[in-house]
Amino acid sequence: MKLLTLNFLTCAVKTCKSSPAAFPLHPRDATLQVVETELNLAFLKNMLPRLMWDELRVVADEVCGFLLSFPPPCFPCFPFPPTRSDLVVGGEAGAAATAEGEEEVEEVPSQTAQDLHRVLLETTVHEGKLVCGNCGHEYKVMEGVPNFLLPGHLV
Amino acid sequence: MPDYIVRLVHMHESFRQAELQALADVAEVPIEFVKYEQESPFCIVRLPSDASAKAVISRSLLSQGIYELWGQGATYDALHESVKDISSAKWARYESVPFRFTLDCFRGTRDNAQQCEIIESFSYMGFKGPIRMRDAEASFKIFEEYNGKTTGPVYMYLGRFVAASGRDAKTTYDLKKRHYISTTSMDAELALVTANMALAAPGKLFYDPFMGTGGFPIACAHFGAVVCGSDIDGRSIRGTGGSARRGQTGKFDVQGNFKQYGLGAKYLGAFVSDLTNTPFRLSQHSISASRGGYLDGIVCDPPYGIREGLKVLGSRDILNEQERATHGDRYKDPGYIPPKKPYSFTAIQDDILAFAVSTLVENGRLSMWMPTANDEDVELTIPTHPCLEIVSVCVQAFNKWSRRLLTYRRRAESEVPEGALEAVKKEYEKGVRADELNNFRKKYFEGFKEFERLRQEPGAGNANHKADGSKGVSGPWREKSGTN
Ligand SMILES: C[S@@+](CC[C@H](N)C(=O)[O-])C[C@H]1O[C@@H](n2cnc3c(N)ncnc32)[C@H](O)[C@@H]1O
Ligand SMILES: [Zn+2]
Repeated sequence: MKLLTLNFLTCAVKTCKSSPAAFPLHPRDATLQVVETELNLAFLKNMLPRLMWDELRVVADEVCGFLLSFPPPCFPCFPFPPTRSDLVVGGEAGAAATAEGEEEVEEVPSQTAQDLHRVLLETTVHEGKLVCGNCGHEYKVMEGVPNFLLPGHLV
Repeated sequence: MPDYIVRLVHMHESFRQAELQALADVAEVPIEFVKYEQESPFCIVRLPSDASAKAVISRSLLSQGIYELWGQGATYDALHESVKDISSAKWARYESVPFRFTLDCFRGTRDNAQQCEIIESFSYMGFKGPIRMRDAEASFKIFEEYNGKTTGPVYMYLGRFVAASGRDAKTTYDLKKRHYISTTSMDAELALVTANMALAAPGKLFYDPFMGTGGFPIACAHFGAVVCGSDIDGRSIRGTGGSARRGQTGKFDVQGNFKQYGLGAKYLGAFVSDLTNTPFRLSQHSISASRGGYLDGIVCDPPYGIREGLKVLGSRDILNEQERATHGDRYKDPGYIPPKKPYSFTAIQDDILAFAVSTLVENGRLSMWMPTANDEDVELTIPTHPCLEIVSVCVQAFNKWSRRLLTYRRRAESEVPEGALEAVKKEYEKGVRADELNNFRKKYFEGFKEFERLRQEPGAGNANHKADGSKGVSGPWREKSGTN
């Protein structure tokens, strides 16, 4: 499961849904992997305004050690939420030139885009647990598939 | 705007126009239906340009191609008149390019001699380029429509080929050649149509809450979307639960399907969950679709409760203190199985709608299959929600039942009438047996018994209803799909 999903997932327990502490879930004792894939700029641009940025940073911090050790190292410490133009080399100017569209210029993904891609779309949780910060419930991850089925006493 | 003729396939009739409309929507192209008939595979649309015609048709499953309309008529004389009238200004452009003419007879045939004669009759257009059956620069097609009663065609068209459809994908994703499937896998064609209805496209995020072996997410990824899915049955995702294909052993899983089609980059992954206890973050009411929503589309085929009763997490009876404590102690054991209880089919449909409302972005779509017994006495209720507009209702009829594909659009907050949300709360069937909770399941089995009985009675074998594409579409929806 790719890390981006952690920006959409909370604890499944109904009484946790309204608690800020239940989001994001925290990877614990996790085996992480990097599966390299082609960068999808259109997708990153589309997702950017939908991301819960503070929560993304929390998760990125928690897996930071792994990301720094994996070559090429990624520095997932985005100091401020990037905007769409931060994703493209040349930023606003580059984007404007494309909009004028004399010649379809291929947009070049910036370092920020590459770091985001590495964190959100190449880093996967393969085994381990996802833990709720509110109730402490642990969701097991097996073969890359987290299990959110609740035991009888929590439904 | 020029007129184009779309050569549709002659099946899944009630899906065809809705698919074209969806493809125009996703390509952001205005489309106008000049002529569409459920009985005919020829449809005339108005589109801004060849480029937009190509953009629309190249993803289509339920058509073969699109042609610029060069003439039409009920007789060849009328057709030739029409060709001269509307296309003569274009002849010069094709005067010396390699070209070809072919015939497409719907419900009719022409032998070679007749074909030559018909093609010859267009010689007044004055094309002098070489005739090439392959790689022609300009391809023209004469379409003939027969009605099965008279000997000759009742209507004909001439079209210049613009673009082929995306129907090849039906073969590429054919279940027979898919690495990993199950008994409930949706056939490739309709899974791809579903992805089209929901406007799957590059840059978007799609989700299937009942993914099974992943047929819908794969179809959405084919059209460029990034996808994820979940299912209450972890084995169907991880693949240890066996495949429907006999003799299949080894590691077969959803991930492997994505790999087979080279779509791994589009697959975010999957998780095990019950829709009624979803881990997805739900925006706390609907005040802010723009803030809260993050899914561009939801596509699914929820459980019908035919092969397996519909179940959700929870115990049949309310647990006492001691039982709760036991679950609390045991749930970390490797063999622990969370308790499940039967659930109402109508309730889960409404749950899906409510889920869609809190997770979709504005204008995001939900495309969901749902069954309805073909029996006239079963109430045909289409679930509704004030925050969702019904975009299309398409029906696939089988012998003993039918199902429909419902497509909804997430309304913007400003479109939702005040106070409409309070009216949503409903009462559902209560009961402990699966068939008490599931009207459809009951009908299905009763219908099946009836069918068996008829089969055993000599001379009463004709229990099959004729498949009727428009059956089960209640008034307003039919009107809507007819005028769109
Ligand atoms: C009709 S099948 C969908 C098959 C899928 N479209 C495919 O191509 O493989 C319905 C699926 O819903 C799952 N399901 C049943 N109840 C569920 C629930 N409460 N929450 C989530 N999934 C459930 C079943 O395990 C089954 O895989
Ligand atoms: Zn929790």
